[in-house]
Amino acid sequence: MRSKVAIIDYGLGNLFSINNACESVGLDTTITADINEIDKSDALILPGVGAFGHAMLTLKEKKLDMAILDFIKTGKPFLGICLGMQLMFSESEEFGKHKGLNLIPGKIVKFPKKNKQNECIRVPQIQWNQIFRSNDQIWNNSPMKNLDEGEYMHFVHSYYAIPNDNDTILTYSDYEGVRYASSVIKDNLLGIQFHPEKSTKQGIEIYSSWANYIKFKSY
Amino acid sequence: MNNIRIIPRLDIKGPNLVKGIHLEGLRVLGRPEDFARYYYENGADELIYQDVVASLYERNSLHQIISRTAKEIVIPFTVGGGLRTIDDIKAVLRAGADKVSLNTAALKDPTIVKMAANKFGSSTIVVAIEAIKKNDGKYYAFIDNGREETGLEVISWAQQIEELGAGEILITSVDREGTGEGFDIELIKNVSAAVNIPVIAHGGGGNLDNIKDAIIDGKASAISIASILHYHAMFKINNSKGGTYEGNKTFMNSGKNFKIIQPCEIVDIKSFLKSNQISCRPLKQ
Repeated sequence: MRSKVAIIDYGLGNLFSINNACESVGLDTTITADINEIDKSDALILPGVGAFGHAMLTLKEKKLDMAILDFIKTGKPFLGICLGMQLMFSESEEFGKHKGLNLIPGKIVKFPKKNKQNECIRVPQIQWNQIFRSNDQIWNNSPMKNLDEGEYMHFVHSYYAIPNDNDTILTYSDYEGVRYASSVIKDNLLGIQFHPEKSTKQGIEIYSSWANYIKFKSY
Repeated sequence: MNNIRIIPRLDIKGPNLVKGIHLEGLRVLGRPEDFARYYYENGADELIYQDVVASLYERNSLHQIISRTAKEIVIPFTVGGGLRTIDDIKAVLRAGADKVSLNTAALKDPTIVKMAANKFGSSTIVVAIEAIKKNDGKYYAFIDNGREETGLEVISWAQQIEELGAGEILITSVDREGTGEGFDIELIKNVSAAVNIPVIAHGGGGNLDNIKDAIIDGKASAISIASILHYHAMFKINNSKGGTYEGNKTFMNSGKNFKIIQPCEIVDIKSFLKSNQISCRPLKQ
């Protein structure tokens, strides 16, 4: 039996490449905003680009916020990518304060305007940046475990996550001297700030491990 | 310093990859999908697809090429040319592009940049500036491949682009484009200094030193190049293929050597940058 993944379609982000990545690792996909479709799926992906507040509002309007929370309670795997990862946190300071899904305690903040050398920091960060493990135990029980330390992934973002609990941090990255959580993991939840679906075959490897987790509940 | 992105730019006319000088005089080099795949496999950080005739006809005709490319390459790619409305942008993104590049539409009605950034996210919207230096020593923004003047100064336009919410600026020197005479460092430096969003330098890159200069002196975040890479790749790619291209094939078959442009691979560029303490993503085998 092939696992079925629902990719939440709320009008934000390039779903084409996420869909492609899932299919390439043997997952059946459905791009949907239908709550019944989400319930029936084996795993759920929350993508997204753009503004935090606007995204939360759209999720609420379509009652997808409750659908996501209900889905997660079943213990089935959930993956948030880019803005989708940020929405997993408690709140964001983007354009005023906004409440998130509160799946992982912590907040979303903007990169500072200047680095320690007092040079301007270009925002958004758009580059291939490296990911480094927070610790071996978390890394080895995650979809990153087959990657090399310091692997390059494609990043596009202006805000970053500060989890309250360091034990939820899977990888760190560094932008202009700011060391921040570039992926988080907690039980059945996985959040990835970068775009594995745009990060060559090393990125697809993350989807491949996650597909294993959907099927066997281990990485 | 950030990791500098090397972004091959593919100018497309109908089904063909083309290359001109000063955005004019197009020659057919081959099939865009073949070049896209080749660059992806050889370490490109992103790609740019530019429909070079779309602006004249006010439409972008790359949807099929975009879809085929998106299935094969796992790096971001930007599509530009002839995108006039939010629906045009949506169609290109739905076909599989990650970002769009706007020029003419943004200059004719800047609010499209704001609307598009709100709807699709800032990082999805690149605004391209085609710059020409005039006799008064100032740079002005042009549209329709450098044919039509807008009277708008490049620096103030760049600042406006950032305020409107675009995620990146692609700055092209029309004077240098296709010549291999080197990037217009003054132009790139001025634009980089005027904004806090990433700036992609384009137009004039003919050798490795030109690229280094655009990064060190111009402060570019990314480099977009065509001729250097195309004139190397086309012999590798086309040698294994039959001559099925329409248009000006004579040039391609002539195997003409360029005096100014020094063709090379992306790995050559990256190892050169590394030896000059400029960081970028290494090619992984």
